[in-house]
Amino acid sequence: MQTLFDRVWNDHVVQQLADGVSLLYVDLHLVHEVTSPQAFAGLRRERRRVRRPERTLATVDHNVPTGDRSLPIADPVSALQVDSLDTNTREFGIELFGLTSPSQGIVHVIGPELGATQPGMLIVCGDSHTSTHGAFGAFALGIGTSEVEHVLATQCIVLSKPRNLEARVIGSRAPGVGAKDLILALIGKIGTAGATGHVIEYTGNAIRALSMEERMTVCNMSIEAGARAGMVAPDEVTFAYLEGRPRAPQGKAWGSAVERWRTYRTDPGATYDARMTLDASNVGPQVTWGTTPGMVADISGRVPDPAQFRTASEREAATRALAYMGLEPGTPLEGIPIDRVFLGSCTNARIEDLRAAASVVRGRHVAARVRAMVVPGSQRVKAQAEHEGLDRVFRDAGFEWRNAGCSMCLGMNEDVLGERERCAATSNRNFEGRQGKGGRTHLMSPEMAAAAAIEGHLVDVRGW
Amino acid sequence: MVTPFVRHRGKVVALPRPNIDTDQIIPKQFLKGIDRTGFGPNLFHDWRVNPDFELNRPAAEGATILLTGPNFGCGSSREHAVWALVQYGFRVIVAPSFADIFLSNCYRNGLLPVTLQVSDVDRLIRRAADGAYELLVDLEGQVVSDEHGFSATFNADPYGRQLLLRGLDEIGRTLLEEERIVAYERSRA
Repeated sequence: MQTLFDRVWNDHVVQQLADGVSLLYVDLHLVHEVTSPQAFAGLRRERRRVRRPERTLATVDHNVPTGDRSLPIADPVSALQVDSLDTNTREFGIELFGLTSPSQGIVHVIGPELGATQPGMLIVCGDSHTSTHGAFGAFALGIGTSEVEHVLATQCIVLSKPRNLEARVIGSRAPGVGAKDLILALIGKIGTAGATGHVIEYTGNAIRALSMEERMTVCNMSIEAGARAGMVAPDEVTFAYLEGRPRAPQGKAWGSAVERWRTYRTDPGATYDARMTLDASNVGPQVTWGTTPGMVADISGRVPDPAQFRTASEREAATRALAYMGLEPGTPLEGIPIDRVFLGSCTNARIEDLRAAASVVRGRHVAARVRAMVVPGSQRVKAQAEHEGLDRVFRDAGFEWRNAGCSMCLGMNEDVLGERERCAATSNRNFEGRQGKGGRTHLMSPEMAAAAAIEGHLVDVRGW
Repeated sequence: MVTPFVRHRGKVVALPRPNIDTDQIIPKQFLKGIDRTGFGPNLFHDWRVNPDFELNRPAAEGATILLTGPNFGCGSSREHAVWALVQYGFRVIVAPSFADIFLSNCYRNGLLPVTLQVSDVDRLIRRAADGAYELLVDLEGQVVSDEHGFSATFNADPYGRQLLLRGLDEIGRTLLEEERIVAYERSRA
C-alpha cells in the first residue's frame, strides 16, 4: 500500500545509490533568470550539454520590470541577467518565454496555465515555491543552483526520500475565508519548521472542495511550513482544469493520460509518517503580525504579547518581530493603518484571485495616502483579466495595473517598499526586508488585501 | 570543484536567534549577478549596517564557525546564501535544525551544517559569549569538541557527508549512470 507521494517517488527512481539516496528522473525543469546563470556557466566550463532541452522551460520573472515593456530594462545589472537567460537558452536549445512573450509570467503560474504541469510528474525549479505544482499531484520541489546544473546536465536529481505528512483539512469554510487563510492557519498551527523533511499531502473534504487555483495557493506555501513539497491527489477538478491547455495531452492521448492520472492517489490504509488535522470551519480570515508566515492570527484578534509565548527563544523572536513591525502588543489587528497594497505573486495572482479582489473593489476607491498595485501572475492572466474588464475595475478604483512578474513579493525589481512603509500583501513571505529594506509586510488573502486598500487599514472582509 | 571537508578548527561567532531566513543571509539586491563570486561582503547586509550586530563586534573577526538558532536557512532556495557564507569565511554552521533546501546547498559547496541538541547549542552559545572561543569539528568522526571538555557527536546526512569528505563532482558521477538513465527513458516511452 502506497501514499500518493510514495507512488510518484517510486515512478521516478532510476537507481538506488549508496548512502540512502536515489537517482530520480525529472519530467519538467522550470528555469528562470536569477538561479540559472551560474548553472549554465558550469555546463559551458565543463563542456556539457543540456540532456533534455524539451523537458526544460524558461521564463523571466524575478527581476523584470512590471511597467512599460516597450522600454529597455533601466537597471543594467538586471538587464544583463535577463539577456544572459536569452543567450543561455538559445545556446542550449531551451524554449524561453521572454519579456515580450504573451506567455511570460511567474514560472509557477505559467507551468500550470500552459498545461505543462501534470499529475504524477517530478518537477523541479531553482525556486522554493515550486511546491505550487504539487496541487496537480506532482512531486514538485525547489532546488539550488548546483542542482539546477545537475538536472540540466543529467535530467536527474539525487535525493534522499523525505517523510510524508498528511494534513487533513475538514469542515466547511465560512464565507470570506479562502485557501490563503487555510494555509496561513495551518502554518500558524505547526510553525515554519513544522513540516521540515516532509512532503505534505493535503487531504480531506475542505481540500477536495477547493478549485485548482486555490489548491495551488495551499501547495505554494508548503515551503513556509518547511516542507520539501505539498501535494493534492488529482481528481475531476484537476482534469477539468488541464483539458484543452496547450501543453496538456490532446485527442486520444488525453483519455489514456486521465486514466493513468487516476492512479495517483493514496491507497486506503496506507500509512503516513505523521498526520495533522485542521478544521476549516474554525478558521477566520488570517493576517500576519510578525516577520515569519507562522506569526499569524485571525483578523478579529490582537497583536500578541511576547511575554505570553512559551519559550525564551519565542519571546525574543516575537519581541524582535514587533519592534521591526512597529507594533504594540494588544493592538487590535483590524484598524492597523497601511501605506501600500500588493496584489500579486505566485501565491495569489491567478485569475480567480484577481476576480475575488475585483469583487471587493468594484465601485469603490483606494483610500487616500494608500498606493495599491495589481501585478498579474502572467501575461495570460493579465489578458484574461482585461478581457473580463477587471483592469478597469482596478484602475477606476485607483490601483496601478501592471505587467506580470514576481515584483514586490521579493522586491528585486523597482517595485519595493520604503523604510517603515506598511503593506497589505497577497504574497508568501513577511521576512524582514523581503519587500524592501525596513518595509513591513502583512500577508493575507486577495479579498482581505483589496478591502484593506479601500479602507486604508487592515479590515475584516467578512464585514463587507 | 568543491574543497573537501574533513575536519576544521576555528573561531566561533554566535547569532542566537531562530528562523534566520536566506533573505537575511543575502538580500535580494545581491542576486542579480551571473557569477558565483563576490557575495561575501554582502552577507547579512541589512543587519551589518548596525554597528552592534554580532558579526561587527571585534571578537567576531576571523570567525569560521557560526552558531545559531533553529530552522537556519529557511525561505528562498537561493544558493547565493551559501556562497555568501562560504565567501565570508564560514566553514561550519552549528544549529539545532536547518531548512531542507539550504542543507542540500551546503553539501554542494563545502559548507558543513552540524545539527546538535538545543541544549548543546545553548551551552556553546554561552561559552562563545566571551569571545576568542574555538571549536574543533571532525566530520570523519562526526564529533564537535572544545578544549574545555565539551564533546558532542552529530549525525551528518550520509550522502551530504560523502559529498563533503570527497569534494565530489556529482554531475560527473551521475553521468556515469548514462545507461541506466537511457534504460529508464526507454521504459517510459
